[in-house]
Amino acid sequence: MKAAILLFPGINRERDMVLAVRQSFGHEPQIVWHKETALPPGTDLVILPGGFSFGDYLRCGAMAAHSPIMPAVQAHAARGGYVLGVCNGFQILTEAGLLPGALLRNASLRFLSMDTMLKVERADTVFTSKWQPGAIFRAPMAHGDGNYTADPATLDRLEGENLVAFRYADENRNGSARSIAGIFSPNLRVLGLMPHPENLVDPLMGGTDGKPLFDSLAAA
Amino acid sequence: MSTEINFALAKSFGLNEAEWSKVNEIMGRTPSLTELGIFSVMWSEHCSYKSSRVWLKELPTKAPWVIHGPGENAGVIDIGDGLAAIFKMESHNHPSFIEPYQGAATGVGGILRDVFTMGARPIANLNALRFGDPSLPVTKRVVDGVVRGIGGYGNCVGVPTVGGEVNFHPSYNGNPLVNAMTVGIAKTDKIFLSAAAGIGNPVVYVGSKTGRDGIHGATMASTEFDASSEEKRPTVQVGDPFTEKLLIEACLELMQTDAIVAIQDMGAAGLTSSSVEMAGKGGVGIELILDNVPQRETGMTAYEMMLSESQERMLLILKPERRDMARAIIEKWDLDYAEIGHITDTGRIVVKHNGVTEADIPLDPLAEAAPLYRRPWVETPKPAPLGPLDLTTPLDQALLTLIASPDLCSRRWIFDQYDSTVGGQTVKRPAQADAAIVRLEDSQRALAITTDVTPRYCVADPFEGGKQAVAETWRNITATGAKPLAITDNMNFGNPEKPEIMGQFATCIQGMKQACEALDYPVVSGNVSLYNETEGRPILPTPAIGGVGVLDNAAQAVGYAAAPGLELVLIGETHGHLGRSLYLREILGREDGPPPPVDLAAERRNGDFVRAQIQAGTIQACHDIADGGLLVALAEIALASNTGLALTAQGDGGFWFGEDQARYVAALAPAALAGFQAAAQAAGIPAQHIGRTVTENKLTLPNGIAISLPQLRDAHEGFFPAWFA
Repeated sequence: MKAAILLFPGINRERDMVLAVRQSFGHEPQIVWHKETALPPGTDLVILPGGFSFGDYLRCGAMAAHSPIMPAVQAHAARGGYVLGVCNGFQILTEAGLLPGALLRNASLRFLSMDTMLKVERADTVFTSKWQPGAIFRAPMAHGDGNYTADPATLDRLEGENLVAFRYADENRNGSARSIAGIFSPNLRVLGLMPHPENLVDPLMGGTDGKPLFDSLAAA
Repeated sequence: MSTEINFALAKSFGLNEAEWSKVNEIMGRTPSLTELGIFSVMWSEHCSYKSSRVWLKELPTKAPWVIHGPGENAGVIDIGDGLAAIFKMESHNHPSFIEPYQGAATGVGGILRDVFTMGARPIANLNALRFGDPSLPVTKRVVDGVVRGIGGYGNCVGVPTVGGEVNFHPSYNGNPLVNAMTVGIAKTDKIFLSAAAGIGNPVVYVGSKTGRDGIHGATMASTEFDASSEEKRPTVQVGDPFTEKLLIEACLELMQTDAIVAIQDMGAAGLTSSSVEMAGKGGVGIELILDNVPQRETGMTAYEMMLSESQERMLLILKPERRDMARAIIEKWDLDYAEIGHITDTGRIVVKHNGVTEADIPLDPLAEAAPLYRRPWVETPKPAPLGPLDLTTPLDQALLTLIASPDLCSRRWIFDQYDSTVGGQTVKRPAQADAAIVRLEDSQRALAITTDVTPRYCVADPFEGGKQAVAETWRNITATGAKPLAITDNMNFGNPEKPEIMGQFATCIQGMKQACEALDYPVVSGNVSLYNETEGRPILPTPAIGGVGVLDNAAQAVGYAAAPGLELVLIGETHGHLGRSLYLREILGREDGPPPPVDLAAERRNGDFVRAQIQAGTIQACHDIADGGLLVALAEIALASNTGLALTAQGDGGFWFGEDQARYVAALAPAALAGFQAAAQAAGIPAQHIGRTVTENKLTLPNGIAISLPQLRDAHEGFFPAWFA
């Protein structure tokens, strides 16, 4: 699995993502600057990490969704390539139309930084195969705008087509519709989620709960 | 339109009559408005340290591991493996009262720039905060704004906020303290300094455009507050953390090349202080053409541009043959790159705008003739002893009251708004250990970082309080297993023109000095904030100390969460000292008596023993005993571990809540207890077995009364959420 990590100005969790990918994949991911117009040849997985692309000044992810690299990401997804967006990366994917819905301000109107518990809704995907179905794992979250929303028909479709990837299993702190923390595209090849599995892949940092995400991808 | 330049104007800029005469003498004529502006900010308390310098000089600043002590943008120490830790703490007190969000946010931005300007990638932020009486609505507004501001800036730039401290006291009602600390990492052979060199080299401006914000901010930081302070809102700067993030990445990328001769951020007094200090340190002259300064407002004058404190700006001296490469890197990050002047051999700062010379000042006299005051001071009278106390409040009741009080309750509501994990290297987050632990990239090493001071001790006895502030940071770092290396100090005091305030300052310094010497723990950077008074009422003397230590192996770090089935040992001498304790204040309603003395020999002996026992793996969890005393420390262990405690030691309120110094609680395996106590005895260190951790979900006191963990947690966690509900 050859991974490319996109770097938009204001992204700040790319180094964390490199650590997680390096550990599970056994090789270095490529960092791709947002002003590039092509992905490195042979890219299997495109990762959009967390942060504050363009300062979140217009709307989280809205500017990055129009960066020069994004047509190449759209084409990669259309070809059936794998895409992972975490936190701001998830927001960018919704703004780019690669995933439905939107992430609103947290219901509390405050930034939320703490560990949350996530339930694995399905373990038969390339992103989740190393978990047991229904497994509950811990992941740090750190966001001001993680309140997932979509119109009721879209939510019903996500549920009906079994495209909810993760749900908040302890407390739905940001107010997300139906406790949704992450969703898949219909072909199960694009995943977006708000919490940060990449920050829990080393016992020294408090645990390895997030490691199965990267191990699953490495095994694909 | 022209402004008349006279003493009345100089006075409104903060200069006194003698200083005004000196300006005229140096210039040999009446200064221009821009020149007067430059003199007044460079000679402000904030930039010149005119009241504090004579005392700061006494602090120890050297050790074999110190690479750069005070005088650079931040302190630099060698932490092994060819790496340096670069750190400093700085106040943003005055702006944070007027406009809490932006005041705190730009405080974080400013201290980050002081660190990355030296070539370091920032890896941790901490903040030491003091607020007024929580029952006042204004305090709630300030707390909310400051916390949002720190989070808003730090979260966006992607530097984890990993620790800090918060106190409340009515003396901070109109004058909260926001002290922000940044720690960064650089290679020891890639450290960037600010001394300009190379006649003809271009002076390059990088970052945000210049506006009219923050003009005379340094002067505002050098006066007392009064009812009109709200009118100073326009002098508070506005932060842009996104641009700061770009600036960090652009500067660090440029620093991988050999293009930079010197670099400094534009902090207090903006373009003035950066250009004057860079040229002055290099012993050269500098000429600025302000027409080339990127501006976001029209019609700005030279005076306004020289004094603007617009944020997220850096000044660089470049090698001329590298300017194109440098421009390409800066512009890649969508930042302004502008050549706004060059280095000269004149020893003068010359400022031109629209073809007119707006300022032409000799640099040496500007620096050397800067005022220096040995202000009169008086010693703080020693407090009377406490006398007999009524210690009949039941232990459980006293504990529940204390851990629910604003100064001791959980800070979760605050740190839950700060991103503490970004970077992927945070080994111990807030409320897990006595110091934050952050691992270094591609290394086994980690830094242990903390901020501490106990202002209620400092006001009662500035000497002991100064000692205690330094010692507590040393102890907090030690309790994680790390070796403390150096400190940064952020000296927050009242009006130095009052002899009793100057006495607090001078005496705190003496106490800090003694502790630094006894602990081999030098001061490598710092900041002074004076005139922290509102309508004549000073804050408690608050010398906030930021300490940094190193662990050779991050895996050796311990926190204070303990597994069940461990023995608890109290290390250090316990006399039951209740003077100035939180027990005295919260339970008995008194704020008097002497603070606990710090026996620095015992501090060192106990600490070195504890650290060795952690590194040997004997101590599995450790917590220093500080505010609230032994029983509060134990309650914090129980809550962090989510495990019960069965306590067996017998003692009165003084034993359980006294704030004697140089003490720790250690948790160790039952099999290790006898050997541990024997080793302590051989080292002459008291080590009393006081109980154990248990699987039952409660804290059982020696009298048999038990408090369930949920009850303890509800009391501890209640204050902030209820306040902001």
